[in-house]
Amino acid sequence: MAGLRKEGNGVGSVTATAAPSTSANVTRWFRTFGAISRAGFRRYSTYRQAALAGAVTNTVFGFLHCAVLLAAAGSGTVGGYDRPRLATFVWMGQGLLAVVLLWGWTDLADRIRTGDVAADLLRPVHPVTSYLATDLGRAGYAALARLLPPVLVGPLFFDVYLPSRWPTVGLFVVSVVTAVVLCFGCRFLVNAAAYWWQDARGPVLLWTLGSGVLAGLYFPLRFLPDWLQLVLWFGTPFPSLMQTPLDVLVERDPPAVQVGLVALQLGWAVLVLAACRLVQRRAERRLVVQGG
Amino acid sequence: MTAADRPARPGGTFGAYRALLGAQARAQTTYRASFLLDLVGNVGATVFDVVTVLVIYGVTRELGGFTLRETLVMVGLSSSAFAVADLLVGNIERLPTHVRTGLFDAVLLRPLGALPQLLLMNLPLRKVSRGLFGVGVLVVALTSAGIDWTPARVALAVVAPLAGVVFFGSLFVATATVSFWWVDSGELANSVTYGGRDFTTYPATVFDGWFRAAFAYGLGFAFVSYQPALALLGRADPLGLPSWAGWAAPGVALVAVAVAAAAWRTGIRHYRSTGS
Repeated sequence: MAGLRKEGNGVGSVTATAAPSTSANVTRWFRTFGAISRAGFRRYSTYRQAALAGAVTNTVFGFLHCAVLLAAAGSGTVGGYDRPRLATFVWMGQGLLAVVLLWGWTDLADRIRTGDVAADLLRPVHPVTSYLATDLGRAGYAALARLLPPVLVGPLFFDVYLPSRWPTVGLFVVSVVTAVVLCFGCRFLVNAAAYWWQDARGPVLLWTLGSGVLAGLYFPLRFLPDWLQLVLWFGTPFPSLMQTPLDVLVERDPPAVQVGLVALQLGWAVLVLAACRLVQRRAERRLVVQGG
Repeated sequence: MTAADRPARPGGTFGAYRALLGAQARAQTTYRASFLLDLVGNVGATVFDVVTVLVIYGVTRELGGFTLRETLVMVGLSSSAFAVADLLVGNIERLPTHVRTGLFDAVLLRPLGALPQLLLMNLPLRKVSRGLFGVGVLVVALTSAGIDWTPARVALAVVAPLAGVVFFGSLFVATATVSFWWVDSGELANSVTYGGRDFTTYPATVFDGWFRAAFAYGLGFAFVSYQPALALLGRADPLGLPSWAGWAAPGVALVAVAVAAAAWRTGIRHYRSTGS
């Protein structure tokens, strides 16, 4: 979130076509950000049937993954998780999947391809900021419509783990919001390839492939050898997308490590958002919108 | 690309389908780099499914009473059947889009079968790599599982994956028809198609209670990989079905085809265009 606040006086100033903002009014900035977020929430809340279908699908996959991981644990523990922790990991993971939205977002690439992105550049809000605000609104709706169903269904059929330390809950919320911001940043970067290639299909394909397995959706990354875990956590943003919030929630590690994981996540979010702004600035210099 | 003027050509209906397929093949391979990337990307998805199984066996010796080598036979049967079915029929997943945009109206107007047209209109040739990888996994799994080969088992090793292709193909068609009633059904079909792939990747003993009953016997997934693998490995079914259950795969596949055909016909008859 730190990267986001810093943009307070940057609204409009980077977009080549927009008039420079004269008042660095933080309140106004937050009001604009909030309005765009609410619009994002409303936009996604119109697809109620699709949300229902998605929630049912997540729930079915919850049953499948949970059974496999519990079978791997037997009656003991596996990768440092006991049975209730694995159940919480799987069911919350199925809920989080739609909140961080790993897959299926090609809005920016589509708008670049069609030239609609020109309209985004005309607005007095930095494109990265306005897309982020929309995405947070989307995530807010997904938290209600997509996260709750599997999280409520799971405990009916499996013993789940509930946090035993109260700071865990706050840290989990911070971690989820950070994961949403970070995932948005990654998706923005992947989509931005369309500024150069007109089409982002290749990068989107590689992202879809890599993100699921490297974020810990298919199996907890703690099942991997230690050295590989280190490489993934420090060398890539993927574990910060899902594995970190889930590990925080099930208290896989002592409090100090929990805080450290979230700090690492925040670091990635700041870095990726900064990269988004840099890429956007570069892209605007070379973007040619076709048509009359 | 209008298929409507094709039947006038010599070769009749078959020629029309061949022309449709040829046009697709040429169109998709025009951008060679993009096509190659798609080939690589598509094999990746199946590779990660296998990697997941390997990683899970890295932290446990057995899963539901089965060793890695035994489970890999199921992984091979499941991934080869699913990947080939996905290549041939998986494209039907786009039916909700066709219904929503009204393209399906155009398809119905042409003097060719609606289903073959839909399948050929956008046959995803890039998924060939996935099918080949799936078959590769099956061959490796079969040769390394220490199977006591008899003529009957050789026949089963050929018939079971083919029955699996038919089964998953029927499933793709049957679930896609939901969109005739519920246009916004979105990813609902995935819960049975991709969900079924995940279910058949592991021994049915991994699952439990009503969920296992519904997926294994209600929907028939047990006969795609679990039962044939038991018959190939010469193991008794811990869940109690007799040993001939492994041979039920083709029968179950035929039932699936009948159900899918009935669902498709009902769906077409029920279809009312979304257009204005």
